[in-house]
Amino acid sequence: MTVVTDPPRPAVVPSDSGTPGRRRRGSFGFNTISPREKVVRYALLVLVLIITIGPFLWQLSTSLKGSGEDIYTRIPRLLPSQPTLEHYGAVTDTIPVWDYARNSLVVAALVVSGNIIGSSLAGFALSRLQFRGRRVVLGLFLATLVLPGEVTIISQYVTVREFGLANTLFGVALPGMIGALNVLLMYNAFRSLPIEVDQAAIVDGANVWQRFVYIGLPSVRGTMSVVAIFAFIGAWDDFLWPLIVLTDPDKYTLTVGLQYLSGTFSNNPRLIAAGTMIAFIPIVIVFATLQRFFFKGVEEGAVKG
Amino acid sequence: MRYQRWFTPWVLVVPALAWLLVFNLWPSINTVILSFTNAKPLGGGTFVGLRNFETLLHDEQLRWALLNSVIYMVVCLPFLTVLPLLLAVLVEKKLPGITFFRTAFYTPVVASAVVVALIWQWILDDRGLVNGLAEKLGVISGPLPFLSDQWLLLLSAISLTIWKGLGYYMIIYLAALGNVGRELHEAAAVDGAGPFRRFVHITIPGVRGTMILISILISVSALRVFSELFILSGGKGGPGGRDNSVVMLIQQYSQGFEGNLGYASALSIVLFFVTVVPMLVLARLNRRGAEA
Repeated sequence: MTVVTDPPRPAVVPSDSGTPGRRRRGSFGFNTISPREKVVRYALLVLVLIITIGPFLWQLSTSLKGSGEDIYTRIPRLLPSQPTLEHYGAVTDTIPVWDYARNSLVVAALVVSGNIIGSSLAGFALSRLQFRGRRVVLGLFLATLVLPGEVTIISQYVTVREFGLANTLFGVALPGMIGALNVLLMYNAFRSLPIEVDQAAIVDGANVWQRFVYIGLPSVRGTMSVVAIFAFIGAWDDFLWPLIVLTDPDKYTLTVGLQYLSGTFSNNPRLIAAGTMIAFIPIVIVFATLQRFFFKGVEEGAVKG
Repeated sequence: MRYQRWFTPWVLVVPALAWLLVFNLWPSINTVILSFTNAKPLGGGTFVGLRNFETLLHDEQLRWALLNSVIYMVVCLPFLTVLPLLLAVLVEKKLPGITFFRTAFYTPVVASAVVVALIWQWILDDRGLVNGLAEKLGVISGPLPFLSDQWLLLLSAISLTIWKGLGYYMIIYLAALGNVGRELHEAAAVDGAGPFRRFVHITIPGVRGTMILISILISVSALRVFSELFILSGGKGGPGGRDNSVVMLIQQYSQGFEGNLGYASALSIVLFFVTVVPMLVLARLNRRGAEA
């Protein structure tokens, strides 16, 4: 769980909650790193890097190794001696991997847009508008956080089935389209904007919609991008829910399709490796492109779990 | 001053509220209702009283699943509360290239559990990387059955969960470290406290609240484990189905003609109580610690 609050304004960010680099200016002597410490730190960083990234590289390497190459060799080779892309083609021949990717993308797009629209509207109303029942509604959103999603997954399936959406992609996307956590994130983000700004806008005759579009939204872009990133990752990576909803192999999302692939063709690790890379690479690209928004949120002291 | 019409806020709140009611609140009530029926995945079902709960008491697979969950939680807790903190301290200092390392350490978190479990399945294969290297080094004479032995399989899944969780909790700690008073560290350094003593006496107390929160997150997610065990065991739950988790049992009963949503709902209620316990214990611990 991640809670993100936008800073009231960049200028108000307290300097001590910022990056270590920003702090270093204040107390230079204390923070200078001795060359020896630097070497030790980099050595440890590289060690952890090998542990976290190594398995992915190994999988990438396996997916590129030629069919004639002995992947079981007792002297493991990271670099393929006969590099080839043939297994990526072979995967598409055995399972419709691009259809699965498209299915995953459809689900992710629905979930991301649903969450951005639904949670920012509700978050805005809950934090910036006065109305009867506001606290009760807020309490309801908070209460559901205690409940692990797996507990209600069966009756959620029953609900989706009653809507006639079992075994459809829309049924996979639907329950996750407005997450309670995201509503609370947006609520928090809108709340950090001073109320005087709203009052001034009301005096100037701005209606609720105008205040939402011109005052609210521009000040919560950070939180909104975090909501979007997590909604995308969550939808793209989800496995249990699509596994329960989808029965028809044509409609599988990538994760379910991969499991299907590994169950059917477990005798060829190169093929499975190629399949996992097709599922893995898009998410890495998405995250790598957007990571600065993500880490900016963290450095603003925003992620609270 | 012009004020909004009474229904304007409700227009904005209604979509989210509807989702909450239809996909969160109603399902939690319906779970209880369903647990007294023998509903099938394709529809239908009649009231069966307490029969599902009687079955629970004699379900040997559930007993294994609960034992596995407890082991999972007990092993994950120390590793995932301590290692990510050390990692956060390591990446806290703004060295050149640190953003790259932070992003890289976070990669296992953004990857799907299915993807990483399939990668580990290949690494832990009888003829995979780990067994290959260990045999080469002469540590073992034959391949270790990481994926077919009941306890080794559980252990493999636990290590996978720990590996995948490192970056996630590192980021939460990193945010918390930003709030630990700089002055305290400087004062302690002036008084001659080394890095280790500063870590124990300043950093750890400074992130104590976060630590408790993280322990809750770890316990709950360990009790909810699904994908790692499911994929590593090839969907079969290990030898004799003794490597199932509670969620895996719920999934098994949710499908096919043999499926029983009523019983799956009863299992969901067990899962709910199992996950509430560590939350209450740790929340209590937090309160007591704050008073002391």
